[in-house]
Amino acid sequence: MTAIGVAHFPPHEGAPSLELLGFCKRFGSLMALDDVSVKVKAGAFHALLGENGAGKSTLVKCAMGYYAADQGQILLNGREVEIHRPRQAHELGLGMVYQHFTLVPNMTVLENFVLSRDQLPAVIDWSAERRALKTFFETTPFTVPLDTPVADLAAGQKQKGEILRQLYLKRNLLILDEPTSVLTPDEADEVLSTLKELTDAKQITIITITHKFREVNAFCDTVTVLRRGKLIDTKPTAELDNDMMAEMMVGRRENRTVVERNVREPGKPVLQVEGLCVADNVGQRAVEQLTLDVRAGEIVGIAGVSGNGQRELVETLAGQRHAESGRVLVHGELYRATRPEMIRHKIACLPEEPLRNACVAEMSVAENMALRSFDQPPASPDGIRLRRSPMRAAARKLIDAYRVKTPGPDAPIKGLSGGNVQRAVLARELSSEGDLLIVANPCFGLDFAAVAEIRGRIVQARNRGAAVLLVSEDLDEILQLSDRIVVMFDGKLAFEAMAAQAEIGAIGRAMAGH
Amino acid sequence: MDQSGIGLWGVPLAMLAGAIRVSTPFIFVSVGECLTERSGRINLGLEGTLVMGAMSAYGTALASGSPWLGVGVAALVGLLLGALHAGICQLPRVNDIATGIGLMLFATGLAFFLGKPFIQPKAPNLGAIDLGWWSSIPQVRQALQVNYLFVLGIALAFALAWALKTTRWGLIVRLAGESVDAALAIGTHVGRVRMIATAVGGSFAGIGGAFLSLYYPGSWNEGLSSGQGLMAVALVIFARWDPVRCLWASLLFGAAGAISPALQSVGVTEGYYLFSAAPYVLTLVLMIATCSPERSLRGAPGELGAVRQKEMRQWPGSMSTRAPIPGPGTAT
Repeated sequence: MTAIGVAHFPPHEGAPSLELLGFCKRFGSLMALDDVSVKVKAGAFHALLGENGAGKSTLVKCAMGYYAADQGQILLNGREVEIHRPRQAHELGLGMVYQHFTLVPNMTVLENFVLSRDQLPAVIDWSAERRALKTFFETTPFTVPLDTPVADLAAGQKQKGEILRQLYLKRNLLILDEPTSVLTPDEADEVLSTLKELTDAKQITIITITHKFREVNAFCDTVTVLRRGKLIDTKPTAELDNDMMAEMMVGRRENRTVVERNVREPGKPVLQVEGLCVADNVGQRAVEQLTLDVRAGEIVGIAGVSGNGQRELVETLAGQRHAESGRVLVHGELYRATRPEMIRHKIACLPEEPLRNACVAEMSVAENMALRSFDQPPASPDGIRLRRSPMRAAARKLIDAYRVKTPGPDAPIKGLSGGNVQRAVLARELSSEGDLLIVANPCFGLDFAAVAEIRGRIVQARNRGAAVLLVSEDLDEILQLSDRIVVMFDGKLAFEAMAAQAEIGAIGRAMAGH
Repeated sequence: MDQSGIGLWGVPLAMLAGAIRVSTPFIFVSVGECLTERSGRINLGLEGTLVMGAMSAYGTALASGSPWLGVGVAALVGLLLGALHAGICQLPRVNDIATGIGLMLFATGLAFFLGKPFIQPKAPNLGAIDLGWWSSIPQVRQALQVNYLFVLGIALAFALAWALKTTRWGLIVRLAGESVDAALAIGTHVGRVRMIATAVGGSFAGIGGAFLSLYYPGSWNEGLSSGQGLMAVALVIFARWDPVRCLWASLLFGAAGAISPALQSVGVTEGYYLFSAAPYVLTLVLMIATCSPERSLRGAPGELGAVRQKEMRQWPGSMSTRAPIPGPGTAT
């Protein structure tokens, strides 16, 4: 296939087969894909299963030409094809549907569909286009209103629109990237079951990225499991049950490689969350009636696939987001995440992406380390004037104690590496000997040594009696650090167990909504 | 002149005449800005373009004796200023608001500097269509003197509305304004689309300037525009980025601007300056009424005001790295 052909229709009718051979992709030091090969049969409904960061999205984006794979070969209908750009994939009949919507919200469905065509006439005959689309919709299993602006469609209709557009463009191999994550279970079933009819009729082939076992069992005929960039196996769904899939997904893991921890009974509850409901950025419920206690001297680990409300929960506890209903108590008192309350209750927080969420990037390391205490003595004798020297002295101590690699306390914090920003924020948050520590994905993207050290610090805080809430997408981290494990799914707690008794398969199933 | 002939009817009649005269530059600037903003770019410099257009049109008409040549030169000057704005905005991490304000001050200053010799001489003016031939009342005849540019402005507004809706070119402009990622996905060169839209929008504003110096008030001086270009930009938001609504809104602003001369013409001289402030008050009231920090405005182009860290070359796979879409508060 040449770079850009003139083919506006895929070179074949009906469902194609696709084979990805030996895909490798490296991002910096991270091996995102390590020799992954997948064979998708014509007319299959093929699931790609795996945790966050397992390499599912990377694999399909390489196949679609969004990323250039370091190595790998694509066979379409048994014939080798070159795909370096999304356009080439489109011309071969490959289309992708994302978990977020790509239809332009301020345009109508009709306009969106017509615009995405390769060739447009200089003046568009809307009545003819409308007629053509109406005729097309008579052949599709579901329809969407043509003249409604996409912004006014419900989430399920938008996703149907995305899929219909792919069919309208005559794409016969659809890659769905978590297509149902924004849909209700009923909407998801409707969309998936109609797609299933199309694959059964051998009209299209579907590859779907998912972590929901329910959908895999109900709709997919083949499952490929990836873990940490490696191919685990490809099997027919019929030969698998949930336990086997969970084990393939998360692997057999050593539960306890614990950073030296004191044996201690948890004390009184420090953090009590009661019936908390929080909305996300577009106003949908992200946290739903969540109730949770964290006691002194205990680490509670919240496991779960990202996007199940963890971010909104942490933001609410950190004061970055308002709760819709429910309440939060700290030390038995109502907590509204105000600064005086945080100081009084000694609350420390290490949110994810600390450079963005817990630092002022342009300010110096010393200033950032003083963000919790700059208005109190000794940094400020009266709450009005600021004194630099005590701030700098305090920062020097923390830099030494937490081995933050920085040119000096006056260097801007944005110049530090990710691990050192993490250490600097952790130093600030732990220096107050907090009673409650809230930590989200503390080791994301860090190297091995930094990971061990930061985990060590978190366990130390627990050992001296702090209550720790640890939110992490990394199941190993949860298993290694937690005294008690809960799983969040769809904004609710799906699982709760003491870490010593927790069964890994049950955790994996809960993460997948089972 | 027989003032009592039509009595108080003189006020609405004068407002109608005023609406036609005063609204014309508003129509051109707001339709031009509408086009620019639909492509996803804000050009606040149109006030400067308006003044530059007025100066260059007047100078050209003075030198050549042809007012229409002046209009052409004003359009060309506007085109160049728009292209300059677009060119600067295409550099990475450039904020189009700041650039627009800079160019507004630059163009205004340049017009004052170059326009010094034109303050006294009298250049030939543009003509008008006499629609009041049937009436014997002089006020009616005067009110229905409709200038050619007003007619052109109306045609332009409807033509742009049609083009945005039904032509490939219009759809691509809108797509560039709504979603850079989607535009890239269909192989559009977003920078080029915005360059053209901004330059053409600038040339409309230049024509609006030519109207100021060649028809009404019909001479060149430094207080000619008094912020009409900026008000026209605000008007686009009130008109929800629709060219035809820009036309109606311009007429409304024109009528508001004609209140005080109209009242004066029937002998009401009290509060002249107070009524002169009517368009500005109207701008403020409309902005407060239509904007809210809680929700984003309907019809606002999705990419408006988004600052892109890099030149727009990434594939749509990287959508999650997009800058958040700002509300209309940041768009003004």
